[in-house]
Amino acid sequence: MVEIIKTKNLTAYFGKKCVLKNINIEVYKNEILGVIGPANSGKTTFLKALNRLNYLNPSYHEEGEILLERENIKKIKDNVLRKKIGIIFSLPQVLPISIYDNVAYGPKIHGIRKKSMLDEIVEDALRKAYLWEEVKDRLREAATKLSGGQQQRLCIARTLAIEPQIILYDEPCSGLDPISTAKIEEAMRELKKHYTQILVTNNTKQAARISQRCAFFLMGELIEINKTSILFTSPQSRLTDDYIRGKFG
Amino acid sequence: MNAHLREKFAFFILGIATLIVILPILGTLFYILKNGISAINWEFLTQPPRNGMKEGGIFPAIVGTIYLIIGTMIFSLPLGVLSAIYLSEYAKDNFFTRLIKLAIVNLSGVPSIVYGLFGFALFVIFLKFGTSILAGCLTLAIMSLPVIITATKEALEAVPQSFREISLSLGATKWQTIRYCVLPYAWGGILTGTILSLSRAAGETAPILFTVAAFYLPYLPRSIFDQVMALPYHLYAISTQVPNIPKKISFGTALVLIGIVFIMNLISSILRAYFRRKKLW
Repeated sequence: MVEIIKTKNLTAYFGKKCVLKNINIEVYKNEILGVIGPANSGKTTFLKALNRLNYLNPSYHEEGEILLERENIKKIKDNVLRKKIGIIFSLPQVLPISIYDNVAYGPKIHGIRKKSMLDEIVEDALRKAYLWEEVKDRLREAATKLSGGQQQRLCIARTLAIEPQIILYDEPCSGLDPISTAKIEEAMRELKKHYTQILVTNNTKQAARISQRCAFFLMGELIEINKTSILFTSPQSRLTDDYIRGKFG
Repeated sequence: MNAHLREKFAFFILGIATLIVILPILGTLFYILKNGISAINWEFLTQPPRNGMKEGGIFPAIVGTIYLIIGTMIFSLPLGVLSAIYLSEYAKDNFFTRLIKLAIVNLSGVPSIVYGLFGFALFVIFLKFGTSILAGCLTLAIMSLPVIITATKEALEAVPQSFREISLSLGATKWQTIRYCVLPYAWGGILTGTILSLSRAAGETAPILFTVAAFYLPYLPRSIFDQVMALPYHLYAISTQVPNIPKKISFGTALVLIGIVFIMNLISSILRAYFRRKKLW
């Protein structure tokens, strides 16, 4: 298995509050890594550390190293890094423009101007996000008119359109109904062929369903990381066992 | 008293307060309209004053006011909008920027005569622009800058933070984010704020008193270094300096000034409605 992301002693703070303590994790190419843990366990901070979105909050700072294909991400310009590592937020956040323009926004930013090329990228991205059939006749309509589940798949398409190597999901199904959730999981399984995916979720069953490996965070510490099948059947830490059995969190 | 009666009483008080606010405004408008409408005709709008301002029109003052509005906009719109973008999107939040922001808020409360004296000292005397359109526009621009900056800042802050996050997360630079993901949604607020501040500037007398306004000019300005007549100063002049002015001339002048301000506010409302229809969130 090829290692694509590696964190070395990653420690992160918001102001004086330490939210991640000495995290050492490797992420392998084309896997889905599940990240589970109760609220305030630092899993979202971990996710947003990978594409430096935490730095939008001025009080954030971090120690340690994050390597993307053995290169320290501090040496990569933010916008270049974020083109390589896309993210899906927990609430579907679409821009108040048409469905087409939402997906085309990224490619346009990255310099693609030709209409035929944009058309192709938009269609391809929407197909991969399992949304094309539902919206192909109304690409020019406002994206905000779509349902929550459709909006979240549109967000996935928007991220796919910038052709990242890695996709981060920050509780992507937290506000969605089971059918929409199933569709998004379906899309994630399909995307596994070409992308590395990291899924932060509050839904342990979801992590069990679709991740190959899974990490359990608690109070900013990485308690355990293992193959999903092992983590959910015979966890090594009692804390992990308690959490997946629903004793806390 | 039961809850229902209390509610009625509360609404009654609120309604009375609103009425007290509206009545004087309507009264003033009605009074000016009643006394001034008979003065408005083609000659009044297109001819210079004659016979010691007691006859003729106010054409030079109308043109002067329009020149001043346009000139003020040329200086204050780009400067105000650009600095507001810098302050609210780029500048780090520290003691120094907080001080600047506080200063801007306070500057909008400075009496306009102070701006007038400042403009006179800086532009007319020190920079030797003389009493001129240039000096007047710059003075009015400085006066309206704090309002434009505040309006722009508010319009930018009204754009949801999530839009910026989306754009940055897709690999856009900060400037691309501002250009494509923030400004398009802030233009409505920026333009309405700007136009409202310009319409206020259009009606100001004090800042133009020493910097540009002429008591009487039978011709139109030939360059930006000429003086012009302007409606608010003309109104002040004929009401206080010229004896035996027919009542309808001064009220007619007031009516034209109110008309110009009204048209500008109308434009700002239309723009706001246009941008609101365009925005989809």
